[in-house]
Amino acid sequence: MWQALYEELKELGFVVITVALDRGPEDARPWIEAARPTHPSLIDVGHAVADLYNMVNVPTVVWIDERGRIVRPNDVAFGTDTFRHITGIEAARHLGALRAWVRGEAQPKASRADMEIPRAERGGEAPVMAAREVRALQPVPSQADQQARAEFGLGRWLAERGRGEAAERHFVRAGELAPHDFTIRRGTMPIRGIDPMGPAFRAMLEEWVGAGKSYYRPLPD
Amino acid sequence: MSEPERSFTLLDGGRPVEVPARVEGGAVRLSPQAVEALGWRLEPEGLCREGLCVPVPAGAALATPDGIALEALAALLDRPLALDLEEGAAYLGASAADRAGALASLEAPDFTLPDLHGRLHSLAEHRGKKVFLVAYASW
Repeated sequence: MWQALYEELKELGFVVITVALDRGPEDARPWIEAARPTHPSLIDVGHAVADLYNMVNVPTVVWIDERGRIVRPNDVAFGTDTFRHITGIEAARHLGALRAWVRGEAQPKASRADMEIPRAERGGEAPVMAAREVRALQPVPSQADQQARAEFGLGRWLAERGRGEAAERHFVRAGELAPHDFTIRRGTMPIRGIDPMGPAFRAMLEEWVGAGKSYYRPLPD
Repeated sequence: MSEPERSFTLLDGGRPVEVPARVEGGAVRLSPQAVEALGWRLEPEGLCREGLCVPVPAGAALATPDGIALEALAALLDRPLALDLEEGAAYLGASAADRAGALASLEAPDFTLPDLHGRLHSLAEHRGKKVFLVAYASW
């Protein structure tokens, strides 16, 4: 699905980079082989990108402009409506905005505040969002979040060495420190021999949603 | 009496470094060489790396008779430390303040990762293009 978008827009100076937050290449391989991407399709077993961008679930998407600046922070986007009945998120919402950005068309998100940014800094194009808005909407990690990521890193290293019981202590601790971080709570399930689509996941989700919290947290409209 | 030194694995942002250490009373003490293996050196100015020094406050309890205290080192660098004394391993993560500062700058953090064939790709290679970065997973 992202491959089709890449094909559609690549002549306009656009690239898609997909990053699989999976325990190893073999988990990601069926997805990558089905998508047959010609854009970079990467595997991130250590969750380096989740750490750098403070991502706490998948899918998470970020827009980065020609100068390497974040112009739209972490958002939830799907390429199709296959799971819309579960996620409640319509693919067209994000895709429409993305196409407009790549084509350099007027941005529905641009507000008057954007005009305060000098034209040079805007790269001459209408900005997607004011820099202050990007900053306000981009969640930053707490110390507990980073402690959870360190526990995850230690757990993963121990698991790789067959120290499953020791690894489990750190995965559990990581989940307690950052209960909103599903790249840890759900993402470690395959490493721990737990079905990430099975009863353990459903129980976790029911508890989370039952407490009035959202599993997917897209940007506000 | 001090415990004998044993091999300890420090994962510095994921990079494993084997260092000799003493584990005593639930605390890890590193030799100056072990701290150097992490890229730091304890000098009169403080804890130094590439000419930049972090001053060591009087109460930091960094230097002990048995070596440099790993927990105090992590606290001084404001980095999270995940520790497993039984397994003889610790993971030094990234500082929340560093991550928050980097994100607030709006400079997209660079990364280098392999594809399915083991070929490495960096975000920075795509400077000059609009990048749609998508994190997903099989789970």
